[in-house]
Amino acid sequence: MADRNGASMPEAQMQIEGIGLSFGGVRALSGITFNIYPSTIQAIIGPNGAGKTSMLNCISGLYKPQQGQIRFEGQNLIGRAPHEIARLGIARSFQNIELFRHMTVVDNLMLGRHVHMRGGVLTGGLYWGPGQREEIAHREAVEQVIDLLEIQSIRKKTVGSLSYGLQKRVELGRALAMHPRLLLLDEPMAGMNSEEKEDMARFILDISEEQRTTIVLIEHDMGVVMDISDNVAVLEFGQLIAYGTPAEVKANPAVIAAYLGQEHS
Amino acid sequence: MQSGTFHSTYAGDMALRPYWPMRIRIILIIAIMLLFPWFGNRYWLNLVNTIGIAAIGAIGLNILVGFTGQISIGHAGFMAVGAYTTGLLAAHAGLPMWISIPIACIVAAGVGALFGMPSVRLKGLYLAIATLAAQEIIIWFLTKGDKIVQMATGDRRAVFFGESLSIPPAANNVFGIALKGNNDFNFYWVIITCLVLTVLFASNLFRSRAGRAMVAIRDQDIAAQVIGVDLFKYKLLAFATSSFIAGLAGALMAHYRGIISWERFTIDISILYLSMIIIGGLGSVSGSIYGAAFMTILPALLSNISRAASGVMPAFANYLPYIQQGAFGLAIILFLIFEPEGIVKMWRNLKDYFRLWPFSY
Repeated sequence: MADRNGASMPEAQMQIEGIGLSFGGVRALSGITFNIYPSTIQAIIGPNGAGKTSMLNCISGLYKPQQGQIRFEGQNLIGRAPHEIARLGIARSFQNIELFRHMTVVDNLMLGRHVHMRGGVLTGGLYWGPGQREEIAHREAVEQVIDLLEIQSIRKKTVGSLSYGLQKRVELGRALAMHPRLLLLDEPMAGMNSEEKEDMARFILDISEEQRTTIVLIEHDMGVVMDISDNVAVLEFGQLIAYGTPAEVKANPAVIAAYLGQEHS
Repeated sequence: MQSGTFHSTYAGDMALRPYWPMRIRIILIIAIMLLFPWFGNRYWLNLVNTIGIAAIGAIGLNILVGFTGQISIGHAGFMAVGAYTTGLLAAHAGLPMWISIPIACIVAAGVGALFGMPSVRLKGLYLAIATLAAQEIIIWFLTKGDKIVQMATGDRRAVFFGESLSIPPAANNVFGIALKGNNDFNFYWVIITCLVLTVLFASNLFRSRAGRAMVAIRDQDIAAQVIGVDLFKYKLLAFATSSFIAGLAGALMAHYRGIISWERFTIDISILYLSMIIIGGLGSVSGSIYGAAFMTILPALLSNISRAASGVMPAFANYLPYIQQGAFGLAIILFLIFEPEGIVKMWRNLKDYFRLWPFSY
């Protein structure tokens, strides 16, 4: 296990310890334990229904696991509301695009700045002095994200009218506008053609390299996963069956049997 | 034909009226608003004042329903809180309206936030039923208020609410200037000022942080949470803001009419305001005004038409109320079928047509 620069084992940014989650009698996750290291790209793979999205939902506070702990930069996440976790610097995108469909691209990205702004109903309603200056300052931050993701031409478009690939990109942008320290991406390339996938992979690498953001990535395209990730965690039936560098995971017989093998059987 | 507008500053790009034709139109509207009362007779002034108050109320409701996505059928209840608070302060404490109306708005906001608490757990129809409870509890309190006060104080003659509440004309006083003489003319200025301030407030709110958070809750509440929006806080803020403006509309109505009774704030009125914003355009400030105008002018227009027709056909007069109600319902149904996005969308289509004219295909 090593980060991009080949330095050996830095301190973990997030520690996931013994996470167990069940819905009624169905066990979605059991005893999941692994670390996420700063400035790395951490992939989570596994067959459908393995519990990958449930894992992300536990991190972002949408699910409350019954067992275990998640610590992010020393702070316990379990029991915190999703908006409090966002304030700690964790952003995410969703598997099914969850954008604010009736708002423009700029407004969607401005919502990404929500945690960094303080304006309330009164300052907003007046839109004068400090309130206005804050809006303009954060618009600049949003424009940087727009430049990074090359979506200048659609910034005033309503999100609902955009194509699927562009919506995925805007959703990534909204998470990026938060300037997160940890970015959770749930299948950012699902349903894309190879050209769009290439663009998305390039953006993810750019974000990782330029902003040193830690990225947790759920993805089904094995080629992409093996190419861009530093560490891979493999889930099956709610259990962690392998963890390591892409090369280690690729050689792991349990993974081949459970996951790669099944796909070609 | 405009080919494009290019802004070189973010402030310019983020302005409410970024293009010069919009600014000219605003100047024209302001000029008409300033000139109108000098030419309009009392009938027209009364009609415009009624529209103005309805528009303020509709903007208040739209903030909650159209922008934040929280259905409320208790809006008339919150208006009643505003009307009765200012009415009681004027009638029993002798406060002038420029002091009592802001207090009434704050009280209405507080009551709104209180009854907004179920919105944390409830959505859609369930929340609608919870707000229906608010509506009925408030009306119950207004009709039984005197009995409660009598029981609490032991003074059986104490009368605060009564069957209806008269507001002393002396209360109609703005910053020490007494409003005397032509009531419609005087209140035109009060109402139009409040309407302009409400429009500016709401427009600004929804291009800044708090308003965006409310719209985010409407569009996708899970994503809003994950992006850092505190759902509870912003739903309550939406209820409070909406009720504050509802309270303003109710209070203005109280002072303008000079007499208030709970019958003006029943559930019918809540539904009427809901239909205003649906017909005008959900989630649109200007749509609220169009809807308020439409729903106020339509009954007046219908009664004028039928009065004219009854001269030709005397038998017609007997059916007048039924025809009016039927036409009213028909108008709403036609709107829902042909332009569910409301008058504001029709206006936009018309503008697009002329912008591209004569190549509008």
